[in-house]
Amino acid sequence: MTSEQTPPLVEMRDISVAFGGVHAVERATVTLKAGEVVGLVGGNGAGKSTLMRVLSGAHPPDSGEILIDGEKVTIANPRDAKVLKIETIYQTLALADNIDAPANLFLGRELVSQSGMLDDSAMEDATRKVMGRLNPNFKRFKVPVRTLSGGQRQAVAIARAVYFNARILIMDEPTAALGPAETAQVRDLIRQLRSEGLGIFLVSHDIHDVFDLADRISVMYHGRIVDTVGKSDTSIDDVLAMIILGKPPGEASKEELKPLIG
Amino acid sequence: MSAGAGAVTPSAPRGLARVAGALRATEIDPRLFGMVAALVVIFLGFGAVTNGRFLSAINLLTMSVQAASVAILATGMVLIIVSRNIDLSVGSVVGIIAMTYAVLMHEVFPTTIGVDTAYGWLLALAIGLALGVLIGALQGFIIAYIGIPSFVVTLGGLLIFRGMVWVISGGATQAPNDKQFGVMAGGPEGSLGGPLSWALGIVFCVAIVLLLVYARRQRRRFNFPVRPIWAEIVIGVIGCAVTLAAVFVANSYKWPQGLVDRHLAEDPGFHVPPGGLDSGIPWPIVMLLAVTVLMTILATRRRFGRYVFAIGGNPEAAELGGINTRWTVMKTYILMGVLCAISAAITSARLNGASNDVGEGYELYVIAAAVIGGTSFAGGIGTISGAVLGAMVMYTLKYGLSFIGLESPIQDIVAGIVLIIAVGFDTLNRRRVR
Repeated sequence: MTSEQTPPLVEMRDISVAFGGVHAVERATVTLKAGEVVGLVGGNGAGKSTLMRVLSGAHPPDSGEILIDGEKVTIANPRDAKVLKIETIYQTLALADNIDAPANLFLGRELVSQSGMLDDSAMEDATRKVMGRLNPNFKRFKVPVRTLSGGQRQAVAIARAVYFNARILIMDEPTAALGPAETAQVRDLIRQLRSEGLGIFLVSHDIHDVFDLADRISVMYHGRIVDTVGKSDTSIDDVLAMIILGKPPGEASKEELKPLIG
Repeated sequence: MSAGAGAVTPSAPRGLARVAGALRATEIDPRLFGMVAALVVIFLGFGAVTNGRFLSAINLLTMSVQAASVAILATGMVLIIVSRNIDLSVGSVVGIIAMTYAVLMHEVFPTTIGVDTAYGWLLALAIGLALGVLIGALQGFIIAYIGIPSFVVTLGGLLIFRGMVWVISGGATQAPNDKQFGVMAGGPEGSLGGPLSWALGIVFCVAIVLLLVYARRQRRRFNFPVRPIWAEIVIGVIGCAVTLAAVFVANSYKWPQGLVDRHLAEDPGFHVPPGGLDSGIPWPIVMLLAVTVLMTILATRRRFGRYVFAIGGNPEAAELGGINTRWTVMKTYILMGVLCAISAAITSARLNGASNDVGEGYELYVIAAAVIGGTSFAGGIGTISGAVLGAMVMYTLKYGLSFIGLESPIQDIVAGIVLIIAVGFDTLNRRRVR
């Protein structure tokens, strides 16, 4: 909302996605600046994940445009997104359970020798280094990730997003599967990455998580953006009301708000 | 070594625990180790029942050559099953390519380029390989890009290509092939001979040692934990010993006198050393070894193989990782087509032609070999060497049973039971590990 001189890092403009006849996302517009965390909240099926899948290339939009640094880009598949330094931590983690952590971290971007052979040692080395930052106790580099704990798997997924010097990070429910200690770790990581100048979209069910971490909050309801508000200009109650009613607080009537706030 | 676990466990399982610990230190796949052990037990079992006659060099060679066609196909089937697909058409594809070889050499070449020309058999082989690529690409395209389930497409392929065998053969058996083509049949005339066999054995030994050294260097380069040096030496020594023993056995089979006489009649200068002429490693086995090495490299050292396994483990993750999953799946079928052409060459060479039922039922043996070798139908799990061993286990059983006089139906019954036991064992084992 502040300066008009520098274009935002990301601008998704009038994005629409339909599955069959259902509008999963309808004319949604969101922006993200460098060094900013934008929380994306809404009920189940509000379209948060679908909107983010558009940005990560998993699902091309039916209409609308995406601008990176003010320039229009086409993101037709996950490869396009990665070229633009957009990395995603999916809610499902998107790990291939049958291969080990280094293979997952470099999936689709394997390090190879000059003769085109996989350089597993170099990939393991890089994985050891990045995991050493995220989860220093992690030692199981040679086993299928299926045998890892939920937190360890999450760490692998996060490591994959962080390793390739992302500028834009999409985190879809990054703490859903984690215990309190690990959740705190992820929160610290988000703050650290923001201070390094990354732009982060944080999708979460947990309104407290979002209020704790986000600079601005976009609320989605039935595929539309209800409103985008600065954290300091709003309250948890207002955001909750928007999530449930699908209207900005000013437009909701007293009767509608009453049962929610009391 | 025995300090930790050995101290608490009672004395009986202690030795076992120590063996297990030592095995773990060598980082040998326990599954593979189990299969080799099973194979040895089967060998020795049949050897005992037949007073050792089963273990003669000629038996071991014949058995391996019989298994080669199916083993070659099984290496490709592993990748297809790993990526959560199936190929039921391999028997018919082998059939149509084998028939193509035979028709070319028996009907087409005599009126065009002539019989037994220096290059005719290579031309036939090239056409067969091209046909394999074409069929694989066609089936792979329909499966990967149009999205018809592989079970359906290849079941259709099984019928279509078998029908085509009849169409191009006119219903008649086509024989013979060019003489040079027969080299791929194995037998004394289709083997490397003594010196070349030793050379191949030594090349393998050098490769084993170099690979061990290279792997250790790689891990040292990054200061990763490495295997204890004794384990490296044990692996190297066993690998080389087995290789050289296999060459020794292959060379201990000599050309039969009748065959030597025939060659002497044609060429009086045909030289036979006093101890007899070493037969050596049959060409089909050389082809199988080459396929196994190349397929193992593809499966484990190349991006392609990594992608196949990732697709099998989690297709969505593979897609989100930016992998071109469709092209990867299509490539597995193209590869299978190439392997069908290689397998068909061996099969056709062994028949010295092709009958209309050539390759019939191969699909079942190939799938069984892959599955006995540890390939999981759930996708994502399987090894090339396991599938080759699986084919060996199956054919050793079949050959052994026929050797002690049991008919083919009984062989199938045993093969079926072994299949179920092998997979059952695996399933229980995996459940326990989890």
